[in-house]
Amino acid sequence: MSVAGIHARFQTSFGDFSLDVDVRLPAQGVSVIFGRSGCGKTTLLRCIAGLQQAEGELTVAGERWQQPGQSLPVHQRPLAYVFQETSLFPHLSVRRNLLYGYRRVPRAQRRIEPAQAIHWLGLEGLLERMPVRLSGGERQRVAIARALLTSPKLLLLDEPLSALDQSSKRDILPYLERLRDQLAIPMLYVTHATGEMARLADHLVIMERGKVVANGPLAATLARLDLPVLAEESAGVIIEARIGLVDPQWHLCRADFDGGSLWVRDFPGAGVGVAVRLRVMASDVSVALQRHDHQSIQNLVPATLAALTPERHPAMTMVRLMAGATPLLARLTSRSVSQLELAPGAAVWLQVKSVAIVE
Amino acid sequence: MNPEEWQAVWLTLKLAGLTTALLLTIATPIAWWLARTRHWLRQPVAAIVALPLVLPPTVLGFYLLVLLGPQGPIGELMLQLGLNTLPFTFPGLVVASVISSLPFAVQPLQNTFSTVSERLLEVAATLRASGWDRFFTVVLPLARPGFLTAAVLTFAHTIGEFGVILMIGGNIPGQTKVLSVAIYDHVETLQYAQAHWLAGGMLVFSFLVLLTLYMINGRLGGSAGNLTT
Repeated sequence: MSVAGIHARFQTSFGDFSLDVDVRLPAQGVSVIFGRSGCGKTTLLRCIAGLQQAEGELTVAGERWQQPGQSLPVHQRPLAYVFQETSLFPHLSVRRNLLYGYRRVPRAQRRIEPAQAIHWLGLEGLLERMPVRLSGGERQRVAIARALLTSPKLLLLDEPLSALDQSSKRDILPYLERLRDQLAIPMLYVTHATGEMARLADHLVIMERGKVVANGPLAATLARLDLPVLAEESAGVIIEARIGLVDPQWHLCRADFDGGSLWVRDFPGAGVGVAVRLRVMASDVSVALQRHDHQSIQNLVPATLAALTPERHPAMTMVRLMAGATPLLARLTSRSVSQLELAPGAAVWLQVKSVAIVE
Repeated sequence: MNPEEWQAVWLTLKLAGLTTALLLTIATPIAWWLARTRHWLRQPVAAIVALPLVLPPTVLGFYLLVLLGPQGPIGELMLQLGLNTLPFTFPGLVVASVISSLPFAVQPLQNTFSTVSERLLEVAATLRASGWDRFFTVVLPLARPGFLTAAVLTFAHTIGEFGVILMIGGNIPGQTKVLSVAIYDHVETLQYAQAHWLAGGMLVFSFLVLLTLYMINGRLGGSAGNLTT
């Protein structure tokens, strides 16, 4: 990884929890830090921000923010932080909340202007309101815009959607996607929600009990069999694909990827060449030795079996398959694995019952 | 009212105003520390600050007199520095009032500071505000009801002070003779009419002050429960 990325090494412990990480993250895109609650993901983010002290070192884009015996105070680190719950200053209007950080950044370092941030997060009508008169989703949008207005070199988001209801979450996700695509700054996004992870991540860090257990590009990391956080019901893969064909009669489109294609429901803006991100859960994939065309499942993909892992409950086995260069997971009963004599190297047909477009 | 009584009114207001200004400055860091710290000294310091609430004013006044008098350690030091000793002077009254009203300033401030969430201070830090900046732009505005309560209580309590003042200040017109002492004098000498004027005036004044405080606190959404220190 280049010097432009992020290198964080921290050790700290309190109570019976200890954090021990040494992690390198890319200089661009969204790195999702994923794990169950209590795994230390928020602690890691707070250590990076300097809100919590830990032994270690931290380099961001070639600048040392922390080294043994020396640590930049929070307010001198060019980062922005979006907190989990409402964090607007209750005594300031939306406008003055937005400008709080902006005014404290030297003019020469300002790259994002208020008008831009207000437009990006759709805050035009809210500027004179006080925070108590905003909905949860609006507050979080203001908090994100306020953070951006410090023109940060690193944007940290700590479960920014977890305190919101479903519809507010749906409202904000497109804004976050837009920021990911338009801003050249790295974002670290902490969450335990697989949906947000699947939708936003470019890069995935999985944490467990204060340690990093996986760190890599999203698709490759999700297709690993050895990560208990993503096992069983929640196991699934992400496939980056492009629309290759639109079938207006049946409202379907064909998403092509390296190794095959899958039919998905059409959606507003679907057209040939449009990039889509597909999510296929392991429990929605079954395996056949021959191609069966006379059945309701029409998504059939040829693949080669790569590896098998028994689950905690001996009745189930997780199978990793390669369709061309694309990894997929299938969750099968151990009896079917035995009866079909499935072993690494076997050529099979995948029957995919359901595919979700996450973006 | 005669000129001596007007003098007492003026002296009282001057004492209360000075005490309030000094106490808000002194009490703010103490209250901030008490509201935030987990240091083992927190409880002992809180208890010392609250002492004037429970001690008879005469006890407080007695110790001040002993400390500040010509034979006391502070009094001796002041004499050596070529200064006058404080008892029976106006500055002495100010020192005594500051000490005896300390809990009335510290406790409302401490209450209000403890309601300012740590989270907002962290937010301000990530928005590039330094420690002092955070205090002035986040803590102070959010603690306004507490400052108002502290100021009014200190002012009113100083005006009502009697025992400590009599112990340390005596009864020198124009120097240390404040209203409460003037009323006491009138009653002692059976001048009930004059006593009525002054006592009634103080009653009305105190009521108006408290009423204003409750009304403003109600409007600011602060709790008037701050008054029960």
